[in-house]
Amino acid sequence: MSLYRLPDRGRVDRSTPVTFTYNGSPYTGYAGDTLASALLANGVHQVTTSIKYGRPRGIMAAGPEDPNALVQVETPFPEPMLTATTVELYDGLVASGLSGQGRLATEPDPARYDAMHQHCDVLVVGAGPAGLTAALTAARSGARVVLLDDQPEAGGSLLGTTELIDDRPALEWVEAAVAELDSLPEVRVLSRTTAFGFYDDGFVLALERRTDHLGFAAPEHLSRQRVWRLRAKHVVLATGAHERPVVFADNDRPGTMLAASARTYLHRYGVRCGQRAVVFTTNDSAYQAAVDLADAGLEVAAVIDARPQSPAGWAAECAERGIEVRSGHVVTGTTGHERVIRAHVAQLTDGRPQLRSGIGCDLLLVSGGWNPAVHLFSQAGGRLSYDDALGAFVPSSSLEAVTVAGAARGTFQLDGCLADGGEAAQRALAGLGRPTAGGTPPRPSAAHESAERPLTLWTVPDPDEQHAGATQFVDLQRDATVADVLRATGAGLRSVEHVKRYTTIGTAHDQGKTSGIISSGLVAQSVRAGIADLGTTTFRPPYTPVSFAALAGRDRGHLHDPERVTPLHLLHVAAGADFEDVGQWKRPRYFPRAGEDMDTAVLRECRAARESVAMMDASTLGKIEVEGPDAAELLDRLYTNLMSSLKVGFIRYGVMCGVDGMAIDDGTVMRLADDRFLLTTTTGNAAKILDWMEEWLQTEWPDLAVRLTSVTEQWATVALVGPRSRDVLALVAPELAVDNDSFPFMTWREAMVAGVPARVCRISFSGELAFEVNVSGWDAVTLWEALLAAGESYGITAYGTETMHVLRAEKGYPIIGQDTDGTVTPQDLGMSWVVSKKKPDFIGKRSFARAENQRADRKHLVGLLPVQRDILLPEGAQLVADPQIGPPPVRMLGHVTSSYRSAALEATFALALVKGGRDRIGQTLYSTVGDELVPVTVAEPVLYDPEGARRDG
Amino acid sequence: MQLIPCPWCGPRDEVEFHYGGAAHVAYPEDPQSLTDEDWARYVFFRDNPKGPFAERWCHTASCRRWFNAIRDTATHQVLAVYRMDEAKPVTS
Amino acid sequence: MTVDHPQRRSPLAHLTAELAATPVGVSLSEVPFLTQLNLRVDPLGRAARAVEEALGATLPTAANTAVAAGDLDVLWLGPDEWLLVAPEGRQESLEKSLRQAIGTEHGAVVDLSAHRTTVELSGALARDLLAKGCSLDLHPAVFTTGSCAQLPLAQAPVLLLARDSEMPRYWLLVRTSFAPYVAAWLLDACVEYAASGP
Repeated sequence: MSLYRLPDRGRVDRSTPVTFTYNGSPYTGYAGDTLASALLANGVHQVTTSIKYGRPRGIMAAGPEDPNALVQVETPFPEPMLTATTVELYDGLVASGLSGQGRLATEPDPARYDAMHQHCDVLVVGAGPAGLTAALTAARSGARVVLLDDQPEAGGSLLGTTELIDDRPALEWVEAAVAELDSLPEVRVLSRTTAFGFYDDGFVLALERRTDHLGFAAPEHLSRQRVWRLRAKHVVLATGAHERPVVFADNDRPGTMLAASARTYLHRYGVRCGQRAVVFTTNDSAYQAAVDLADAGLEVAAVIDARPQSPAGWAAECAERGIEVRSGHVVTGTTGHERVIRAHVAQLTDGRPQLRSGIGCDLLLVSGGWNPAVHLFSQAGGRLSYDDALGAFVPSSSLEAVTVAGAARGTFQLDGCLADGGEAAQRALAGLGRPTAGGTPPRPSAAHESAERPLTLWTVPDPDEQHAGATQFVDLQRDATVADVLRATGAGLRSVEHVKRYTTIGTAHDQGKTSGIISSGLVAQSVRAGIADLGTTTFRPPYTPVSFAALAGRDRGHLHDPERVTPLHLLHVAAGADFEDVGQWKRPRYFPRAGEDMDTAVLRECRAARESVAMMDASTLGKIEVEGPDAAELLDRLYTNLMSSLKVGFIRYGVMCGVDGMAIDDGTVMRLADDRFLLTTTTGNAAKILDWMEEWLQTEWPDLAVRLTSVTEQWATVALVGPRSRDVLALVAPELAVDNDSFPFMTWREAMVAGVPARVCRISFSGELAFEVNVSGWDAVTLWEALLAAGESYGITAYGTETMHVLRAEKGYPIIGQDTDGTVTPQDLGMSWVVSKKKPDFIGKRSFARAENQRADRKHLVGLLPVQRDILLPEGAQLVADPQIGPPPVRMLGHVTSSYRSAALEATFALALVKGGRDRIGQTLYSTVGDELVPVTVAEPVLYDPEGARRDG
Repeated sequence: MQLIPCPWCGPRDEVEFHYGGAAHVAYPEDPQSLTDEDWARYVFFRDNPKGPFAERWCHTASCRRWFNAIRDTATHQVLAVYRMDEAKPVTS
Repeated sequence: MTVDHPQRRSPLAHLTAELAATPVGVSLSEVPFLTQLNLRVDPLGRAARAVEEALGATLPTAANTAVAAGDLDVLWLGPDEWLLVAPEGRQESLEKSLRQAIGTEHGAVVDLSAHRTTVELSGALARDLLAKGCSLDLHPAVFTTGSCAQLPLAQAPVLLLARDSEMPRYWLLVRTSFAPYVAAWLLDACVEYAASGP
């Protein structure tokens, strides 16, 4: 048993010793320790050095508010930026101190992370006395209750004290309360769970650390951490309070701690944080620490109370134990290097410290008062106000579905906390319209009468007037001092938000839990304003750091984003396809044969389509069925061309524009019946176009009798392309008349294809004779395999999106979204033919007449042919008129939108948007390719078969 | 995660909805008769008040119905929702 | 040269074994090839009454509820929209009787049988599993038997139907393009229920 570990106190499991390594040295602790308590039990106070000045830094607190104790954990998986006060000890833990910056792991994290949604009537955050009472009261009424707490066990402040409730140790009451809650079916108690963000409408995010504490023994199948997405009708915030220090010179020496934290280490972990202590306080609470430590055998040299009068009751208790109490005194500084060895004490007269004397100690406990943990309340939109008596900001506004209880609203005595919890639950239940069930409220032991008001003291004047404030640390993690704050206000800053950015105070992992209000206090003093008027900086989520891995949860790897697939996907995989992402869809890009790269595969696929027959899975096209007596009228209003004149059995290409006249989508429209159409959208636009159509239908034209239904996945589509496509189709659809007269271009037929019912369309996105065969998704594989078999003797070739792009670009067919960018009209695309002159109006029509859309120098879609026939222009490349680039600004004429190698042209080619492009046909422009400018000839966009001779085979 | 009360499905997560801009901006009766300036006013110009604002929303992920909402643009609070065939409610 | 015996494939057929191998407490299986018709009709019109008569079932007008009539389920999708789910092979007869019932009134009937597939999810842990990716309150007193909802499950749109909320049994109707993602997500969510890891 070490000098610092008491044999008979604390809640650690002495039967389970745990070995660990810190900064390279082996140590032993117990199950139930934190890394911090185990280090303290081994007499280790210094955990690291500071980021800017390299000063030794130690453990200052016993919870997440600690600004110093940053560590990097190495095993079982490297994780940076954890606080030693929140790392539960496990066997084999290897950790080291961090000077403000950690190292991310270089290997993938093998652990699982996940998320869980949970609804409840009452969410209680914090399982201290107030939270437990609130949860019990609410749960007994039958409400659905979630109680969460960031510690491994419930109890909150009671874990670090010696209070009694109902005449027995408080922790026995805690145990019974938790057992009762656990027995209720509608209650969920979550430990090791930190509520880190409070959002709209009772939505709270909490992080549960499920297996971190198990170290190497963590089961692989459980998620390491879980993000709880909680939706509560009422939230009770019983988040407690954080003790804050008083700032004095060299207040960062290891051995300097918050008083109540030392008490927590004593009662909860059985750890004595030193051998000889000096206690410096501005309020009564630290006396309890002095007394408890003295009772545990520690020598308490003195209590230094900044107030002129020490509380009589506590003074008597101190006297009993031989503890000297010096009221009206302050600690002005410390001596020591890696550990405090002496506290400098001086009398405070008129706010100035007088002659000082030294008191030897290895532990300097400080209490400057308590800050209610108002983070979540503030995030929820609650207002705060400054409480003069407490010297802290407390909740001041009432939120409809949020109640703050206990220390979180400035109630620091146990009786008040217990009462608060009950009342909070009653308020919650009343809001839910639930009666409160009976039950006796818990009764605490008699509290010490608080005789003296706390004194608000942010900082002790620095005895070193020459370097005033230079070693008075406000934010220990950021190495930011009183001098830094004064420099900020000296530079004219008045806002606490500005001072925060200027000094970086409160921007570290601890988000200023101990330093924020001190900084505000100092600013107020410095600019002679009231702290109440200056307010606090904004409390933003997360309350404590949350890893990106936890936030990502299971949305990583193959679940990162849904991979949408067609019914033919497995066949494509088996065929060795290379896939590309089109929106969320996985589409085959090309089908390489042995030894082929993309270029050679695509040239082969193109050749097959132009010379014989090829086929592609086109199932990803969006499909919308439009039904109703006014279906044709709706389409007339939404497409630029006339759809009502389309006959049943026919198909028409159409373009949709926004009200601004810019093309937003294109596709084909089939007329199934007088009152039924089936239209296609581009792959990535299906949902957007359905929304767009519904918006007009529901908001502007509710009088139109039309219903829209997405049928995208109902149909699988295979495009059968090439001069021999008709022959192949005839083989698989023997009852279908496929000759040009019986089945002309832009018509569709119902037929049995490959033995399954199909709609066959004669449309072409390649300029070749082509068919699109639509079958039920269930029959897609049957169709695909039948086409492959039937086309075998023609050398039928499966192709992917890359070949589709080459084929369509050779014909000058634009892709909306690739060759357009939301600023391109159909006229710009050279498609005036698709814009009806007859219709009195349609969406976009009026905009075509705007002066801006009539300009001669609008960007037009044109073809580009590199003069050197094998240069592939990069898509996005800028185009200029002059090969000598002059000084900026350089006049850009446009950019390349699509660029490919063409088997048919035996050259590379591109499509581009070029200013006044149609008037530049035949001209030479220059395109950037890497650092070079290469000459290109502007051409008509249709580069292949401009007469359309190939369409009918 | 804010809840938006769909007039049909009740309160649902905001991610299920699609924003449609200002409500009650009617498509002009006869666009062709408008000047370029008046047409541009319809196409490009919208109010952007601080405070209650009538907006169009669509419950895309569920019933696919468009509806109107009065939302406070400063607090994001949805003060009222009403179906397309209902009159704009009075909110103070 | 037609194929003699066309072989239909359901979207999750290739995962049958994986879906069957879930840990104790949760069962997953695809219910393939169900008949699914989308119906649009004015709920107050004459056609709606005629449809109800033809179906022998009411068209539920309460949002997010379904009614079952024999082997037919009618799910509310919107104020004038329902999904009819029936056993395999009924699409033609059902569509015919619906069109007949609607007559000359404005309505729409669209066969969506292959648009979505159905995953049945049951077992004591079914609700817990869904709660990992579904923001709706699935408490059996809230999402009662016969409740249905269209919403995202994880990152995929699904139509969720509580066939039985007490002895948990749900149907997830999933667009077929999303079905492999949803299946993979469900299987991954089951990993923690395994006694000794994956």
